[in-house]
Amino acid sequence: MSKNVYVFAEQRDGNIQKVAYELVGKARELADTLDEKVYAVLVGQGMDAQAGSLIAAGADGVVLVQDEMLAEYTTEAYTKAVVEVIREKGPEIFLIGATAIGRDLAPRVSARIHTGLTADCTGLAIDEASRNLLMTRPAFGGNIMATIVCEDHRPQMATVRPGVMKALAADSTRTGEVEELKVAFSAADMPVEVVEVIREERTSVDITEAKVLVSGGRGMSDAENFNALLDPLAEVLGGVVSGSRGAVDAGWIDHECQVGQTGKTVRPDLYLACGISGAIQHVAGMEGAEYIVAVDKNDGAPIFDIADLGVVGNVDTLLPKLTEAIKEYKEGK
Amino acid sequence: MKIVVCVKQVPDTTEVRLDPVTNTLIRDGVPSIINPDDKAGIEAALRIKEEVGGTVTIVSMGPPQADVALREALAMGADDAILISDRAFGGADTWATSSTIAAALKKLDYDLIITGRQAIDGDTAQVGPQIAEHLGIPQISYVEDIKVEDGTLLVKRKFEDRSHLLRAKLPCLLTCLSELNESRYMSIGGIFRAYKKDVQVWGLEDMKDTVDMANIGLKGSPTRVRKSFTKQAKGAGEKINVPEDEAVAIIVSRLAEKHLI
Repeated sequence: MSKNVYVFAEQRDGNIQKVAYELVGKARELADTLDEKVYAVLVGQGMDAQAGSLIAAGADGVVLVQDEMLAEYTTEAYTKAVVEVIREKGPEIFLIGATAIGRDLAPRVSARIHTGLTADCTGLAIDEASRNLLMTRPAFGGNIMATIVCEDHRPQMATVRPGVMKALAADSTRTGEVEELKVAFSAADMPVEVVEVIREERTSVDITEAKVLVSGGRGMSDAENFNALLDPLAEVLGGVVSGSRGAVDAGWIDHECQVGQTGKTVRPDLYLACGISGAIQHVAGMEGAEYIVAVDKNDGAPIFDIADLGVVGNVDTLLPKLTEAIKEYKEGK
Repeated sequence: MKIVVCVKQVPDTTEVRLDPVTNTLIRDGVPSIINPDDKAGIEAALRIKEEVGGTVTIVSMGPPQADVALREALAMGADDAILISDRAFGGADTWATSSTIAAALKKLDYDLIITGRQAIDGDTAQVGPQIAEHLGIPQISYVEDIKVEDGTLLVKRKFEDRSHLLRAKLPCLLTCLSELNESRYMSIGGIFRAYKKDVQVWGLEDMKDTVDMANIGLKGSPTRVRKSFTKQAKGAGEKINVPEDEAVAIIVSRLAEKHLI
């Protein structure tokens, strides 16, 4: 009989990714509803010291699979590791971050163990009557939401977009068991050879980590305006500049800083949308923000439908005044 | 090299809506195209063929109308096209879809299978890797560069913070990004040839040796759509349309109230 909620704790270069903690946070809620436990599955090499952070984040235990061959992600070796854990433990639910690695790994695992997989979920809940997992995901670029169930196969598998779920505050007093599961690997588990790993230098800050985002769209008119108006405002707010797809396509800001369906999902404390009309694909990436202020000249812009404070105005003249006013306020405080 | 490219015909927009009465997609009047990532897959296959020789076979699963997508691929230069189409295959989720396509591929001789990373209607990115698993061959997803070297593939795969340069023996399945290449247009000669060629249509009967009835269609799908709906807006807050200085003062006071400054 299947039991408990398992989370794949993605690591890269030995660093557990933020999405792993977000998934543990959500898994905690689901497991509490089911009166079951949360286990994180940590696959890699030399990860012992970090397992505790997953317990602090809400897991009841960690299942470690370690081998030299798992130091860098490869599809087959990681699939084998995760499949072994599933066969050994029989989870009720298995969650994986919808990162590039997660979206490579999860379908392979689901096909091998013959269970359903729901991609890129933005909502997870337990159906009270059936105790099945309700997996909600956007389709057609976010225009339509669908709630998917997997009734007769276990585990119920889902990938979840990074940034959508909320991690719990780390609690180092929490306790749990770390168990190492032995899996034997051989050359046959590496049918694809990793010739080289090319790491990209991070040129920009991670917008998913920022507490305050000052975000610009097509309404910023040009690259010069985009930088000259948004950079000082972000600075005075202690935030980071991000952009809509329109701004990225226009070349005003790097794709790494794009918010939305084809960019990143963010949930900052403050999201200040400047000259962003608020297409549904953009809103999908930022509606989880705590407080949304939107400035746009078009009174009918859809961004005003979701903004906590919508300001109809001209960004070119309003933003410099806002920067000055915030500066003055902070100096006077 | 024998290359098979799996393609999907998709609506040419992400601006589709739900019919409020039937709760189904309104597809009327929305033109269909070859899914962009898949089209890059066709182009990649044609380039490999031009470099090392071989054949390019296009496989699609879908309704009879998907014939148009296959003809377009033939007009681009593909050699053969197969449409997997049968009512028994309808209503499939990614598991059942990949099982059905894999059953068709088992009847073909292939060295390399190429799929797009994901389709713009479903956005799951699951069918490619699941086909590879059903066939028991390795996969490389998110491919942004392909080189053929001494009968092996040297492939660059793109992840968020890194790329992997990978070497794979054949057979192997690649899922590629639309950024992989600029796909060619159909040529006039190609269009004429495309309509002289036959698109083979394979139904359940044609695939009975390789298909498992338990793994196809709605019945063979582990997942079900419980409900679909148009997204609820978060709900508007306060909207102001006042002189600029006044607006600035209101923003500052709200940010201060929320302890954001």
